[in-house]
Amino acid sequence: MPTVFDFEKPIYELETKIAELKQFSADKGLNLNREIEVLEQRALELKRSTYGNLTPWQKVLIARHPNRLGARDYIDNFCTDFVELHGDRAFGDDPAVVGGIGRMNGYAVTVVGHQKGRDTKENLVRNFGMLHPDGCRKVLRLMRQAEKFGRPLVCFVDTPGAHCGIGAEERGQAEAIARNLMALSTLKVPIVVVVIGEGGSGGALALGMGDRILMQEHSVFSVSSPEACASIIWKDAGRAREAAEMLKLTAQDLLRWGVIDEIVPEPLGGVHRDPEQALELLREALFRHLDEICRLDRGELLRTRYHKYRAIGNL
Amino acid sequence: MVQAPGEVGTVFELFRKSKYFTVQPESKREIPEGLWIKCRCREILFSKDLSRNYKVCQKCGHHFRLTAWERIELTLDPDSFVEFDADLEPRDILEFPGYAQKLAKAQEETGLREAVVTGEGTIGGHRVVVVVMDAHFIMGSMGTVVGEKVARAAERALEKRVPLVAFSASGGARMQEGILSLMQMGKTAAALGRLDQAGLLYISVLTDPTMGGVSASFGFLGDIILAEPGALIGFAGPRVIEQTIRQKLPDGFQQAEFLQEHGFVDLVVPRNRLRDTIIKILGLHQQGE
Repeated sequence: MPTVFDFEKPIYELETKIAELKQFSADKGLNLNREIEVLEQRALELKRSTYGNLTPWQKVLIARHPNRLGARDYIDNFCTDFVELHGDRAFGDDPAVVGGIGRMNGYAVTVVGHQKGRDTKENLVRNFGMLHPDGCRKVLRLMRQAEKFGRPLVCFVDTPGAHCGIGAEERGQAEAIARNLMALSTLKVPIVVVVIGEGGSGGALALGMGDRILMQEHSVFSVSSPEACASIIWKDAGRAREAAEMLKLTAQDLLRWGVIDEIVPEPLGGVHRDPEQALELLREALFRHLDEICRLDRGELLRTRYHKYRAIGNL
Repeated sequence: MVQAPGEVGTVFELFRKSKYFTVQPESKREIPEGLWIKCRCREILFSKDLSRNYKVCQKCGHHFRLTAWERIELTLDPDSFVEFDADLEPRDILEFPGYAQKLAKAQEETGLREAVVTGEGTIGGHRVVVVVMDAHFIMGSMGTVVGEKVARAAERALEKRVPLVAFSASGGARMQEGILSLMQMGKTAAALGRLDQAGLLYISVLTDPTMGGVSASFGFLGDIILAEPGALIGFAGPRVIEQTIRQKLPDGFQQAEFLQEHGFVDLVVPRNRLRDTIIKILGLHQQGE
């Protein structure tokens, strides 16, 4: 049973009807092609109007869809010779982030990403992609290694936020994030970031600064998850939908403010509706940006990166 | 049925709510504002005495929050401070409901334009650039103007080649400026990254409270990190953590002393020794003296 949101129900009903009609026409040997064509056209229009006018909250739902592709899916598809590297060399290995080295579009790269689980069981292991300080420090270690060997860094962002708990505070969640931000802003290799689902708060930013920031069409990126924002402002996490509308967290909003560089289109209805096409669409954009920034002079690259962040918010 | 008057009274007495005088223990109405201040240890403090004691309770040692200008007066050499970017004013870019009014109210109540005051001056004769946050202004939250002022302060320190000293006091990123607030973490970290690479000293003093987007950016990037006793310091707020894990947090959790114990703060310094400690550190970073 696929996850179907309320606003998608008319589409699924129509699609079910079309499938039934096709089955019926095949069974009875009747030619219903014209009727089917009309219905298919109507379904396409419905999809275009629905998915082309998603509210911010609907985008949050799509960005969190359980069948949406995760960091490992992209890494496995885009990289050859990927070798996963574990651990922060200090405390442990945080399964909420994955990292390693591989070859992407001809370049040997370091790649890191938040990793959610596909189901509840895996999510318990992956902690829903909510990293601990150890996850931040694993990423920091891999960043420094990328710098040492002159490898570009590719980051996939997909987290509701950094983990919130006693251990995370005891091991310095804030310090770990802060160190990553400083490292990303000064790292002497090219960095491409892709927001592939949800980017929430400092936990997202700890893997989310670079020379190029791409966002998939229906992904979201915000100062905190809508739930956390509602809890902070109204002390009521139940008003998340309202917070999502106010936070201006869509890729379209972020492009307008110059926070991101490009929106990567998704298959109609979102990544989960056609993963193969989603892979192709992101591959094209990611490889193009990677290629562009790898050709830039490193000094120029760092100056541009600095000014990009210095300018954000100076509207 | 006719009842004796006394009986009526008795029946009424049964249902009538007893009247008590209500005493509001936390009410300030009993105490003239500004003259007497009640500490959380319940001690009533004469406000002039409190000011003379660096706004630290004489009885329990509780450090009251300072305004930005009180901090500047307490830390910098007299008449040495020159403010930067005093004209920068926040705007309601997202048109977030209620934000414009919140800003106006904060400005009226604090006399500040934003939650941070930056500038240059001397501390014990040492030239420094300072960043001083004020938690009285929307809980010292960081939006675009706070981020911009901090970044500019770091750039001026770099330009003048003097140390940067920051006093943070903030609940974190300002929700009402959305993603633009989050990006100020990146902006301030980038500016401090340049300072770091230039080999300049940055002393970060964490005061009550330093949380979220401020602790997770310029707060924890100091070469030397000091903290005031009892200051709440961390990433996620205690209320959020309690709601998430559904259990009571241990005593002292996220307090300055806890951070020092876990290795994230160099030294917890009581306010009456803070200025001297900073002067000592600044002196130790001067060549040949």
